[in-house]
Amino acid sequence: MSSPTSTPGRKRARTDNPSTPSNDAATSPPSQRRRGQDSSTGELPPMPTSPATDMLSPAVPQDTSLFSSPRHSVLPSEVDMSSPLMYGTPSSRVEGTPRSGVRGTPARQRPDLGSVRKAPQVDLHSDLPNDDGAAVSDGQNAGQRLVIWGTDVNVGTCKEKFQRFLQRFIDPNSTEDENAGLDLNEPLYMQKLEEISVVGDPVLNVNCGHVQSFDAELYRQLICYPQEVIPTFDMAVNELFFERFPDSILEHQIQVRPYNALKTRNMRSLNPEDIDQLITISGMVIRTSQLIPEMQEAFFQCQVCAYNTRVEVDRGRIAEPAVCRNCNTTHSLALIHNRSVFSDKQMIKVQESPEDMPAGQTPHTTVVYAHNDLVDKVQPGDRVNITGIYRAVPMRVNPRQSNVKSVYKTHIDAIHFRKTDEKRLHRLDEEAEQKLFTEDRVQTLKELAAKPDVYERLSSALAPSIYEHEDIKKGILLQLFGGTRKDFSQTGRGNFRAEINILLCGDPGTSKSQLLQYVFNLVPRGQYTSGKGSSAVGLTAYVMKDPETRQLVLQTGALVLSDNGICCIDEFDKMSDNTRSVLHEVMEQQTLSIAKAGIICQLNARTSILAAANPVESQWNPKKTTIENIQLPHTLLSRFDLIFLMLDPQDEAYDRRLAHHLVSLYYQSEEQLEEEFLDMTVLKDYIAYARTYINPRLNEEASQALIEAYVDMRKIGSGRGMVSAYPRQLESLIRLAEAHAKVRFSDKVETIDVEEAKRLHREALKQSATDPRTGFVDISILTTGMSATARKRKEEVAQALKKLIQAKGKTPAMKYQQLFDDLRGQSETAITKELFEEALRALADEDYLTVTGKTVRLLA
Amino acid sequence: YFYLLTLAYNPLHCLSSFYISASSQNNPESGWEAKAVLFFKEQLKDKEAHTSVPSLNDVPLHYLKPNSLVRFRCLIQDMFDPEFYMGAYETVDPSTKARVLRCGKYKDVTECGVDLNSRNTVTAERQTFYCVPIPGENPWVKEISFSQARVVPSTSYVPSRQKRSYEEDDDMDTQPQKQREPHTGMSCFHTEPHGNGDCKRQETEAPSSQTTSASHLDLNFPLPGEKGPSCLVKVYEDWDSFKLNDTLEVYGILSVSPALSALAEEKDASSSLLDPAECMETAEEQRVHSPPASLVPRLHMIYAKPLPHCNPLLPSAALEDNKKQSNEFLSSTLSEMASVRTELLAYLTHVLLGDALAAEYLILHLISSVYARRDVLPLGKFTLNVSGCPTVASYTERLYQIIQQLVPCSYRLSMSLQNMNQLRLVPKKDYVANRLVSGALQLARNTSLFLDETQLEQGQLDTTGVRNITALGNLISWQKVDYDFNYHQMEFPCNINVLIASEGRSLLPSDCQVHLQPQVAPPQMEEYLSAIHMHPQASSQLNKFRLYLSLARTLDYSISDEVTKAVEDDFVDMRKDDPQSISAEDFHRLLVVARLLSLSLGQTSLSRDSWMRAKHIETLRRSRTEQQQQCVNGNEP
Repeated sequence: MSSPTSTPGRKRARTDNPSTPSNDAATSPPSQRRRGQDSSTGELPPMPTSPATDMLSPAVPQDTSLFSSPRHSVLPSEVDMSSPLMYGTPSSRVEGTPRSGVRGTPARQRPDLGSVRKAPQVDLHSDLPNDDGAAVSDGQNAGQRLVIWGTDVNVGTCKEKFQRFLQRFIDPNSTEDENAGLDLNEPLYMQKLEEISVVGDPVLNVNCGHVQSFDAELYRQLICYPQEVIPTFDMAVNELFFERFPDSILEHQIQVRPYNALKTRNMRSLNPEDIDQLITISGMVIRTSQLIPEMQEAFFQCQVCAYNTRVEVDRGRIAEPAVCRNCNTTHSLALIHNRSVFSDKQMIKVQESPEDMPAGQTPHTTVVYAHNDLVDKVQPGDRVNITGIYRAVPMRVNPRQSNVKSVYKTHIDAIHFRKTDEKRLHRLDEEAEQKLFTEDRVQTLKELAAKPDVYERLSSALAPSIYEHEDIKKGILLQLFGGTRKDFSQTGRGNFRAEINILLCGDPGTSKSQLLQYVFNLVPRGQYTSGKGSSAVGLTAYVMKDPETRQLVLQTGALVLSDNGICCIDEFDKMSDNTRSVLHEVMEQQTLSIAKAGIICQLNARTSILAAANPVESQWNPKKTTIENIQLPHTLLSRFDLIFLMLDPQDEAYDRRLAHHLVSLYYQSEEQLEEEFLDMTVLKDYIAYARTYINPRLNEEASQALIEAYVDMRKIGSGRGMVSAYPRQLESLIRLAEAHAKVRFSDKVETIDVEEAKRLHREALKQSATDPRTGFVDISILTTGMSATARKRKEEVAQALKKLIQAKGKTPAMKYQQLFDDLRGQSETAITKELFEEALRALADEDYLTVTGKTVRLLA
Repeated sequence: YFYLLTLAYNPLHCLSSFYISASSQNNPESGWEAKAVLFFKEQLKDKEAHTSVPSLNDVPLHYLKPNSLVRFRCLIQDMFDPEFYMGAYETVDPSTKARVLRCGKYKDVTECGVDLNSRNTVTAERQTFYCVPIPGENPWVKEISFSQARVVPSTSYVPSRQKRSYEEDDDMDTQPQKQREPHTGMSCFHTEPHGNGDCKRQETEAPSSQTTSASHLDLNFPLPGEKGPSCLVKVYEDWDSFKLNDTLEVYGILSVSPALSALAEEKDASSSLLDPAECMETAEEQRVHSPPASLVPRLHMIYAKPLPHCNPLLPSAALEDNKKQSNEFLSSTLSEMASVRTELLAYLTHVLLGDALAAEYLILHLISSVYARRDVLPLGKFTLNVSGCPTVASYTERLYQIIQQLVPCSYRLSMSLQNMNQLRLVPKKDYVANRLVSGALQLARNTSLFLDETQLEQGQLDTTGVRNITALGNLISWQKVDYDFNYHQMEFPCNINVLIASEGRSLLPSDCQVHLQPQVAPPQMEEYLSAIHMHPQASSQLNKFRLYLSLARTLDYSISDEVTKAVEDDFVDMRKDDPQSISAEDFHRLLVVARLLSLSLGQTSLSRDSWMRAKHIETLRRSRTEQQQQCVNGNEP
């Protein structure tokens, strides 16, 4: 048992040898400095995870392997229990009510900061003698220059600085939603303290960014020596708080939780230099463990005289008092398990978020320990920003050998969690995205936006390997940007859809799938499914039994997963009707309602849909309407803002350009490839930036232009007795105009945006809603599935048929085939069988006749 | 040369001498590692040296001396988290109190008496890769590389064979000589019953012992039924440059210290209870991340050579390092290529029941490779669907055996309903054990994947089945596999040659479909087929084919402006005559066919002749497909 001596030995060495050059220690890299201290954990026998039965029996004295030997009984008594230095230890607990003020409120241990004893051991107020464990720098002006051993932190100054920060820090430009409802021109954190006094939740979250802008030196200390600085902050905050609100009663003393340490954002960039520093990383929770009770304070009772004593756990180890202080019996103290103090601990595994990863590598994972009230704060699947202290502990091969496996186990002691996707509830985009853009980047993006041809540039950067189809690319570009989100829930209308839906239809082999794949790869939250391979549940959500917990859980499908993104659906026409019907709700209300297996809920699915469909007859039939060609229900079609036809234009110049394009595709130099790759990242950033920051609104002129456009559209048809526009088309126009304004980084929707929206919309209509019989654009093809002329024709046939039947006089039943032939003979235009059947159906609807098998019966 | 052998034998000594010389100059950061790595690279440059290093692929693990230099031809199957280790540490001699600064690099376990509180401890970072032998590597590759390596090192491991048994125990040879001595007697005793000196027998025994112990420890090979050691490779530098599924030849220091295995530790229950650091991981995770070193040895990488292909016949090193030599090599083989091609064509025609067109396409398929990607579009892939395969006499199986003889890596996936519903094709992350559980589609580049659709019968695909089919479809169309990370999917680009053998048109997409027209009458089929395999190909002939296929794939290719123009004109003309005759997609295919055809003839740029020839065979193929379709349609009503 050589190991237990090391801790007190080191401590003594510290007291005996105050000449330890603290300057030296402070300048040495923290990772190395602290290595020595922390690594001792590996050498010490840690506390038992569960009490062995014999520990409670008098046989304990013989059992020296688990607890330290008698000569260490001095250990916990070096500091007087009643001294103010005992701040932060449970021994200072004052029981009884009412409790208020610093002294009255129990402090709570902070296992997240590691050893709690550390602070009192080395903590020095300038007015105290410096003989108990702190190193003095020069000794001349000891009062001022005292620092915590191994650091350059002076408790007094640090406290003072932090109090000043709390009292003075103002951030008028704050946009964080935590600060909602606070007066931005008053000291921010004082308001938060006030909130604490009202709400009674004794946690103060401090944004490290604020500390940095207020006092860079303090920030540096916080990052480098969190273990020492945060307790100091705690102290400062509590003094300040109870000075201000002396009567407030808190559960325990206020704890400071810094977050947003700008040190690290990516798990991959953690390196040995970050050990024992305050870091912030982002990632996704993949596993959480059961709650682990960790002993914080052991309770011992003397078996002889029933004298109680408490011993704190120091670095995972309990120093068992060997001699009872009351009756001086040796080895008489037994651990009373259920009177000891435990804290909650949870192991959380965090994985790099997929966006942060370089291609072709697997994600890294890190172990995070959450303590006390941070336990169960996060669930697997959550995306979180974690602020904590990075730790490394050496591993051992065999406790009986002194060989050490030369590897450290690393983990993070979490201090603060911040869920990044939680914010979606607040309708704000992720904060992580904001950080993505450096000033330089924003500058480049803005420069790009200022160019007059930015719209064309971007659309040509989209899927460069796909040839031509300019308008389609423009449409998809606008889809990527999306409209402005509007909330009318107060007036009862709910949300207006801001997402633009696009349908591409056309001949097979016109690179529709490729376009879809490209878009899917471009957007961060994209999903790609194929109509053939997906079922309704695969698109929406399904309930399944979790194999581990045996609980019913909701598994979300592609549409929910692409919330705020784009859902690409290939082979839309191959989708079963059942599946397609799910889309109705998603495409207009942007929600998904689920009622199955006792789970009834409504999920958000604010997704744009980019679908591709092949014509039914494998080749597009130009003599038929869109509906007839793709056989999709018009209720669904009318929900698409833009429907494009991708047809193979058959002319020579086009062919030549296409050939050139394809050949160059197969033989192109490396640099050109590189150039394009750059384009894609720029495009990605451009879209992300515009989606985050630009929220254009209609200006007066634009509204007028929109109204005119709408009226015009309606007028076109009215001349021929057709309706060529519905309010849905107006909404589409607005969305397109807004998206175009976003492309220009403009906060206002102006006339040019409306012009382009009109043009694109007309273009799409021209392609998809042209009545092949008349050559006119007829929106009712899309809204009712039938052009107005066709409807008129149907009515005429029905009337002619009725006349024919009436002319036949009173025959109750007729042969189907004969009637058809008669009608054909009578009519001057060709009557197809379909038309005839439709006419019959129309008459049946009028209750004029019924059709049973091959006979037609008149109803009297 | 003798120097080299000792180097291979005791590389750590050599490394530490580098370290000592650096630290004696009082400058431990002086880049001694770079120097050392360079030194090793230099030493290994010439061919002799490279083969004198024993390979983990060939030599059973128990023959290899711990801490010796070995090489390993492998695929990166998984990447673990980076770990921090003691890059440098100080030891204290308990009796003399003398402090010695030591280097912790390239080692797993520190030496005795580490002073954990020393100020001089340097923490460093390294990365661990889980590497498996290249999946689907065909027996001939193993044989050839084995025979190449065998030449020299037989001497190098004979002594160790006498000294060591494969039930090697715990000595960490810090002082190899001294510690070895007492063991020698013991080991001899151990080896005796196995028949001393007869290495053949020991070899056959070794895998069996491995498989028995492997049964409770899944070594995570992508393909079922694979054998061979897997390795935990510790990478010290530049680990970002490696990607998942890269194929490498790793040169490193073998570490098999039994202290590393977690299983050994589990027996010692009290110890794991005592150490809180050990409790961080679940038992499964420990089992995976620290498997017994006797099964999964650790390899401390000194340097790694990326393998563009794993054909031992094609000298990969020579191609890169020595321009002149490689040029000579290239020109000599290029001139031969056309003649080899004729022979190969004749051979394949024979195999494909006398169908020369199908044989032509098969050659094109075998040399295809994704050479670039334009946004999402992989260029150069050429998935071939050979339809109309006879179902008698397990023809597809025989066809696969032939292909197996020709390409370095291949795998036959029988698309039976059961297989489709049960096999795990897509790798999936197992968060409990924190590893990537491999699937059959985790393959090295240019592996031939033979999908046997003739095995498919009627029945219902379940969810896994549908997912597997989708994964295959994605693989063929986009040359990518979406690995399943439970909460999200991650896309890994791949480069796999997919060949589909089917009766009718395949249900999977393909770039090109050739309908087989057997010249053999059905009654004689059986006889003919059994004759295919009887015909013994001279191994030199086979080697020529193998070399040809690998080489054709690596050639560069270009199209001159003049030919570009002609090709464009051709396209426009064809469209003018009949717009339906050629679509953009057809043109895409035609360009690929022309490219592959030129390369197969050893021409590195497109000539008019090749273009015409490509057009010709495409026309032949299309007319055949149309015929077939008409035939089917005619029969249907």
